[in-house]
Amino acid sequence: MADIKSIIGTQNKKGQTYTDTWKMMNEAPRTPSFYTGSEVIKEAIRRASCDVMIAYPITPQSEAAALIGELFAEGYIGDYFRGESEFAVMSQCAGAAFGGARVFTTTAGPGTMRAMENFPMWAGARLPIQMIVTCRGINSPLSIQPDTLEIAYLLSTGMLVWHAETAQDFFDWILKGYMVSEEPDVHLPLALCCDGFFVTHTKDVVNLTPADMCLPPYDPYRSPVPCMDMECPPVRMMRDPFVMKSNYISYATHASWQQEIWAAIERSRKHSIHWLNGLIDTENTDADIMIVASGTAVSQGREAIRLLEDEGVRCGLVKVKTLRPWPEEEIREATKNAKHIFVPEFNVTGWLAKEIKATIPNHERVHAGPHVCGGMTMPPEIIVSEIKTTLGMKSFSLAGRGS
Amino acid sequence: MSDYRVLPGPEHFLPPAAASMGIRLPNPGEAHINGVIAPEEKAYEEAARQFLMAKVPTIFPGPLVLWAWNEKAAKKATAVRHLFNTLKECVQPGQSPMLIPMPDYRPKYPKINPEVEINPNHPNLTIWHNKIDCCMFIGVHCHQANLSLKIIRGGTSCYTIAMCAQAGHEDAMLSFRDASVDKIMRLAETVKRLKGTVQPRLATAKSGASN
Repeated sequence: MADIKSIIGTQNKKGQTYTDTWKMMNEAPRTPSFYTGSEVIKEAIRRASCDVMIAYPITPQSEAAALIGELFAEGYIGDYFRGESEFAVMSQCAGAAFGGARVFTTTAGPGTMRAMENFPMWAGARLPIQMIVTCRGINSPLSIQPDTLEIAYLLSTGMLVWHAETAQDFFDWILKGYMVSEEPDVHLPLALCCDGFFVTHTKDVVNLTPADMCLPPYDPYRSPVPCMDMECPPVRMMRDPFVMKSNYISYATHASWQQEIWAAIERSRKHSIHWLNGLIDTENTDADIMIVASGTAVSQGREAIRLLEDEGVRCGLVKVKTLRPWPEEEIREATKNAKHIFVPEFNVTGWLAKEIKATIPNHERVHAGPHVCGGMTMPPEIIVSEIKTTLGMKSFSLAGRGS
Repeated sequence: MSDYRVLPGPEHFLPPAAASMGIRLPNPGEAHINGVIAPEEKAYEEAARQFLMAKVPTIFPGPLVLWAWNEKAAKKATAVRHLFNTLKECVQPGQSPMLIPMPDYRPKYPKINPEVEINPNHPNLTIWHNKIDCCMFIGVHCHQANLSLKIIRGGTSCYTIAMCAQAGHEDAMLSFRDASVDKIMRLAETVKRLKGTVQPRLATAKSGASN
């Protein structure tokens, strides 16, 4: 394969110019466009120089899979097909990535859970697949409404896990995500999560990069493991597949292998900071009260802060952008002045609050909530109510809102 | 900055990955020595010094330079051979440089022959068998190199050097990044320049890098 630098400035078969990603994302003109989150995913993939997209069509959280089918018909995707199930899709994604393709897929809720076995395999095989997770309920009774519980399961797979707040985050992070996950010292799959429906089905103004610019192609020969190019000698050593004889390697190797995956997540920290301008965003970190959140709970927290300001209560905000790598030092620093830390979440278990409690000193400062789940919305007023109740201020009950 | 240092072992039953201990990879133009970022110039000197001190300094070339799968790989292989020849010319009597390939990463059954190869799934066997006390990885895919380097650090006292074509290796005691023919040749020149100025560890060498 030609050196990536020599490809910059040349055109692909659709006439898009392979562009230096930093320039494309930070210097190229942006066009405001009014799109749903699903349409934004399509527009990002149009510019992502993806080789393969595979989908299973049981993801009502998002129309992205169908919309990317249109991209294939237009010639922007190298190959596109439907798998037999979510498990099959993720296995097929692995096959394509093993072969050196830039791969994209999307899933949600029960689909994520059904395919779960593949995710540690992707990470262990160092496959930089990008998977959009448009989170929805995973439990019975089935729900197609947003709920972020599935993220808790993804956190220990060895994948990078990012949590987008808005469609703009989504657009930018899909493109930047490939840059981080394809770094040879990282080379891990990325689960790019958002809160389904809230982000995927609502329209928002998103600033898009020019459609005639696209990412440089993936170079599989920078991979930390051999890619399966059957024409080139380094791969012929794979004629005895590693997995077939893994019982003949030492347990020290198995252990070291797992450690290496988590080391790669650590290495992604530097690249994620570079591309995302930090692992967290903060506001008012000198305030006594902080809201720490990820996904659309950040938006609700921001609105709660505005409501509290009207009542003379000053409150700060931490937006957690990456869950893996986990921004441990950043959260510790941003919350060092806080007497109370509130963690609003769209799930029943409060996995983000648990992570934060394990991160900061004096974790009794953390109030795990408010929580909603099963597709409920989270009115900013219930965050306000939780904070005021904790501070001993009078707060009206919102219990009647659901009736 | 992390207080952890990447030092010759044997470190632990299961040593941590250096990255998880806060060790960071060098930026272009830099190297690391024991986990501390250092100018590349200093790393050439230290790598050459470690080679010349060792009783059995060894180069482990991996598939990316063992196979002439492109022009660059073939040139690198020639440079590696030049480095090995230089090492042989510059060591003192009693020192035994070796060139042992890592031809592939397949698990071997019932076990590898440690006299002729090293395997990332049990690299300690080759280190122990040949009493290797300093080694350099080159042309090994990064994931496999990191596995090997960590297992070596865990169970042997061998000093490890990585000449990495990508971003470098925290799990080596010394790591270059963006390895090229020029860098390999420059290391050979440094070995030549330091010839006779470094006292080999012969008198104090234990039975290689044993546990």
